[in-house]
Amino acid sequence: MPGKKLEQSLRERAATLRRHILKMASNDQLIHLGGSMSIADFMAALFFHFLDVEGKNRPRDHFILSKGHAVHTLHACLAEMGKIDVSEFSSLARMGTRLAGHPSPKAPLVEFSTGSLGHGLSVGIGMALAEKLNGQGARTVVLMGDGELQEGSVWEAALCAPRFGLENLLAIVDRNGLQAAGKVDDILPLDPLKEKWKSFRWNTQVIDGHDMAAILRALKRFPAKTGPSVIISNTVKGKGVPAVEGTVRAHFTSLAGHEVEAALAALEVSSC
Amino acid sequence: MLGFVWAFSQGPVLADMAEKNPNVVVVSQDMGPISPFSERFPDRFFDVGICEANLIGVAAGLAHAGKLPFVFGMAPFVSMRSFEQIRTDCGYNRNNVKIIAPCSGLEGGHWAATHHAVEDLALLRLIPGMTVLCPADPGEGTRAVLAAAAVNGPVYIRFGYIEPIEGYTEDFVIGRAPVLRQGSDLAILATGASVTQALRAHEILKKDGISARVLNMHSIKPIDRDAIRKAAEEIGRLITVEEHFVAGGLGGAVAEVLADLGTGRLLRLGLQDEFVMEVAPYPDILRLVGIDAESIAASARSFLK
Repeated sequence: MPGKKLEQSLRERAATLRRHILKMASNDQLIHLGGSMSIADFMAALFFHFLDVEGKNRPRDHFILSKGHAVHTLHACLAEMGKIDVSEFSSLARMGTRLAGHPSPKAPLVEFSTGSLGHGLSVGIGMALAEKLNGQGARTVVLMGDGELQEGSVWEAALCAPRFGLENLLAIVDRNGLQAAGKVDDILPLDPLKEKWKSFRWNTQVIDGHDMAAILRALKRFPAKTGPSVIISNTVKGKGVPAVEGTVRAHFTSLAGHEVEAALAALEVSSC
Repeated sequence: MLGFVWAFSQGPVLADMAEKNPNVVVVSQDMGPISPFSERFPDRFFDVGICEANLIGVAAGLAHAGKLPFVFGMAPFVSMRSFEQIRTDCGYNRNNVKIIAPCSGLEGGHWAATHHAVEDLALLRLIPGMTVLCPADPGEGTRAVLAAAAVNGPVYIRFGYIEPIEGYTEDFVIGRAPVLRQGSDLAILATGASVTQALRAHEILKKDGISARVLNMHSIKPIDRDAIRKAAEEIGRLITVEEHFVAGGLGGAVAEVLADLGTGRLLRLGLQDEFVMEVAPYPDILRLVGIDAESIAASARSFLK
């Protein structure tokens, strides 16, 4: 698909993912809304362009949602891939559902069950090492949150990956600037984040994570000649939901009917 | 000798395994070469440095992508610092990771309590799907490694300060406790290096006319419920011996089985609810804790009174 057309189609896909997530946050259902919305654009690019998680056209790629609480975007992708039905969204958190509040083996195509922060990058290194031995060119992508980077294990992994080369490993940091109880900058600041990753010898890019053209450009630069890559994706927590965008409330909330209406209307405009 | 020696001596076994199975890999943490594996398969040998959480996460990822990783990690650190990675990345995510853990039990001796792994059995046996092994001598250590390779699931193998037990070549069957000495007055259930002490205690007690059955509890999980039931029904008095807190380890596991059965009397030897604060070499620490042969025999005599 030519560039502009691909961009537009992925923008529309991201809007659809957000509509799905809005459904999940309706009816008084509390969900990790903010972090799910902030990754919607990147997830659209990963699942409907960059990754082949089913191994349909090349060796199966690996995807780990290390910020597991943003599972709703993953479930939305599964619905778009036809792996689950949109009608299942209302079963969220109910007895017998396939849709847990974190990636669980109950749902189809969940590569690795996460939820406890700081596990994904090490697991991704293991997968990338395995794929390097296999030599088939499969990619491993690990999506983390910025709050998650406060976990020491992330930095063990960050130190480790370049030691083994691992050009086939891509980490994404969803930098929405907020964690459960407040701003990352107030609770435990990460700055200078770009310099940290660079000094750990990662190929580092910083982009606007809501700009589809920027996401595609960043993905195009992968793999680097040597070493693993990280994309710091600057985002807005709750992006696409005017009632909660950039607020602490966005982290874990349900939405009132009028808030959903307003968000749906805003999505109509933004995805055009 | 130190468990390190026996853990590293698995190098040839792993190299043979790797020759036949291209998926066999080794993940280690600043322990130097695991010869001859590391020399023969340098591209399948990953030293990740001193970072236990990452060590287990990397191994889980390798296993998830179809490899068969053997992890070398220091028992006190790999069992505690990366416990959640073992629980979540290997247990919950069902990854086929084999952990070979030297520096276990009290072999850390005079290195003091940071280096005593006296919680690992309790922690590891909590994890659903986990196999926990504690071989009694070097030959059994190798047999345990081979048995672990055949298990489809995570396995923890604890290598302690073990010595060869003369003439001991019993087949290693996970979940089955070999009876090393028959006896009718009491049963001593020991694990790892404590098996050697239990065998010596058996000899000491024999001189006193006390007949002690000795069981080698090399499988902490799954545990040999039948052997415990038999000892409880046929003898009634059981003593567990371990380089571990008596809570949650072998003593805890046997107590659970006896409680289920509603029979048997149990004396648990090992660390009570205290760290070893004295600084001393390994044999003296065993005496301090009361799990050397003489102390076991003395405890047995009082237990029988």
